[in-house]
Amino acid sequence: MSILIDEKTKVLVQGFTGDKATFHAREMIAYGTKIVGGVTPGKGGSTHLERPVFNTVKEAVRETGAAASIIFVPAAFCADSIMEAADAGIRFIVTITDGIPAQDMMMVKRYLFRFPRERRTTLVGPNCAGVISPGKAMLGIMPGNIYMRGNVGLITRSGTLGYEAASQMKDLSLGITTSVGIGGDPINGSSFTDHLRLFEQDPETEAVMIIGEIGGPQEAEAALYAKEHMNKPVIGYVAGLTAPKGRRMGHAGAIISAFGDTAAEKAEMMRLAGLTVAPSAAELGTTVKAALKQRPAVAR
Amino acid sequence: MDIHEYQAKELLAGFGVAIPRGGVAYSPEQAVYRASEIGGARWAVKAQIHSGARGKAGGIKLCGSEDEVRAAAKTLLGKRLVTHQTGPEGRVVHRLYVEAAVPIEREIYLGLVLDRKSERIMVVASPQGGMEIEEIAQRSPDSILREVVEPAVGMTAFQAREIAFGLGLTPAQVSRAVTTLLGAYRAFRDLDATMVEINPLVVTADGQLLALDCKMTFDDNAMFRRPNVSELRDYAEEDPREAQAAEFGLNYVALDGNIGCIINGAGLAMATMDMIKHAGGSPANFLDVGGGASPDRVAAAFKLVLSDSNIQAMLVNIFAGINRCDWVAQGVVQATRETQLQIPLVVRLAGTNVEEGRRILKESGLPIITADTLAEAAERVVAALKSSEAGRRSAGNGQP
Repeated sequence: MSILIDEKTKVLVQGFTGDKATFHAREMIAYGTKIVGGVTPGKGGSTHLERPVFNTVKEAVRETGAAASIIFVPAAFCADSIMEAADAGIRFIVTITDGIPAQDMMMVKRYLFRFPRERRTTLVGPNCAGVISPGKAMLGIMPGNIYMRGNVGLITRSGTLGYEAASQMKDLSLGITTSVGIGGDPINGSSFTDHLRLFEQDPETEAVMIIGEIGGPQEAEAALYAKEHMNKPVIGYVAGLTAPKGRRMGHAGAIISAFGDTAAEKAEMMRLAGLTVAPSAAELGTTVKAALKQRPAVAR
Repeated sequence: MDIHEYQAKELLAGFGVAIPRGGVAYSPEQAVYRASEIGGARWAVKAQIHSGARGKAGGIKLCGSEDEVRAAAKTLLGKRLVTHQTGPEGRVVHRLYVEAAVPIEREIYLGLVLDRKSERIMVVASPQGGMEIEEIAQRSPDSILREVVEPAVGMTAFQAREIAFGLGLTPAQVSRAVTTLLGAYRAFRDLDATMVEINPLVVTADGQLLALDCKMTFDDNAMFRRPNVSELRDYAEEDPREAQAAEFGLNYVALDGNIGCIINGAGLAMATMDMIKHAGGSPANFLDVGGGASPDRVAAAFKLVLSDSNIQAMLVNIFAGINRCDWVAQGVVQATRETQLQIPLVVRLAGTNVEEGRRILKESGLPIITADTLAEAAERVVAALKSSEAGRRSAGNGQP
């Protein structure tokens, strides 16, 4: 199995007719993702990439039965699109858009909490490469061919560092159940911990790798969660050992501003929690391979 | 984005936060004029640079006469102030803020931050003002009061009262503190700040509450809708290369090493810098060329990185998803030719159109060192740097 998406998941594309969305929708369709239509306000009733376009997400859900959505809407309007999808009953959203104001994300998360837990939307991103269940479906902008299907769960903040990990694993014949890019913003829709929980429950996933970076408390929380609630081995890596304090390193969320924000402190917290930490970014694949070998006989 | 103290004070005053009388000055004459305009007999002349701890660095001078104001302004303008926040190179003072000096009874710390744990705005306060919050957290962690604001409701008066009483203020002072707190919160929310710090918030001898030093930082992602804030940006406070990078849609941070880096994706960029260090080298910069980088953008990134005179080797590491290796290779070849690059260049390409990209590099006939993996790339650039250093030493000349 995989988590979050598979070949049966019916997907909408919000901001469907834009250039970027069109390019990536084509790629996702070619990969086998079940894209059932899209939303661009004002273009409802037309057809794009041989799929129907709707004015509102509600209409699109009613007509197509979509359960998931991928959002390419520009940053200024993106929070509204996320809330529209949640209100229309979409239970899984991937937001690719980069540059959403932090206070908009604060509002979005507050909005998502108005739904009872069993109907609550899971949001991945923003500012991420998306989610892929190799060989099944891809909701994102990653090059699908670098991922091999297999038994490792992957959660990363950075898109390209996630590609690096996936391709190192592929070179070692290690495959992936699902890869989740949680994004580089200070406020993410979902956290390392949210997806660790899903991977722990997924029978096909045998180990999970989490790739973090400087800034924020998420990696430490994930390490603690893994220690207390997980039987599967968790392998960690934190980028940014050479990053100076107080400088934003590309990602809006990648800034060392408090105790525990540095890569060294996070890696140390992971080690203390019993995670295997990859010594360098060139050893992401080999560290996973070694951890899989050492793993105690079937901990499930 | 950061702004100056006087700008933060003007913004906060607009939301009801009480501040001492003051005015900005660009010359000693203007400083004296400001002092006479403010009135009174004692003034503080404060250097305006984007840094805290200016007092310890000699950037704040208390004056008891207009002559002293003039002398202080003369000393400060054009001076290079070095604080622990500016780094050893410091910042040159171009603007001053002249302010009425007030008799201080108590100093309080007040801060509002975007708390990443609760993912909400959090108020942090302590009766131990005047020192930095890190120092307060170390010396008297129990004195720190915290309130998390519910985003759908906003900060409530009772939360402000709880903090004010918690700080040990008198009932009359509490109502002033509530105005200050609610004003600071509204400024934070309405202007898309990520941090508001009033340190110290002082209680004066006559029981007033005044914001004596203020600092505000804003969310770069929200500046498109805050034109009145974004116009406060002071380019003199920024590394010119970083400002130039922003124009090309590149993310650049200058560091102090000698290996120039061009990478796509922030996480991979940080990891590559770490790998260089791991291999015994030192990165000169962080640079993310972003997704969909055209040959021209890659060439622009190249020139930008090379404008740092410390650069003695270059590393390009691209894992193309949205990007295309052939475009990146074209940009690299174009830039190498245009800049007549004399230093070692290592290029590692992976992902979309990688074969085509490698072919372009090979057929260019340029002395580009290629690498297939991240580890190889880091090792080769460090090795190339060392051998070129040795070569230069034996030839007895420096870099062209």
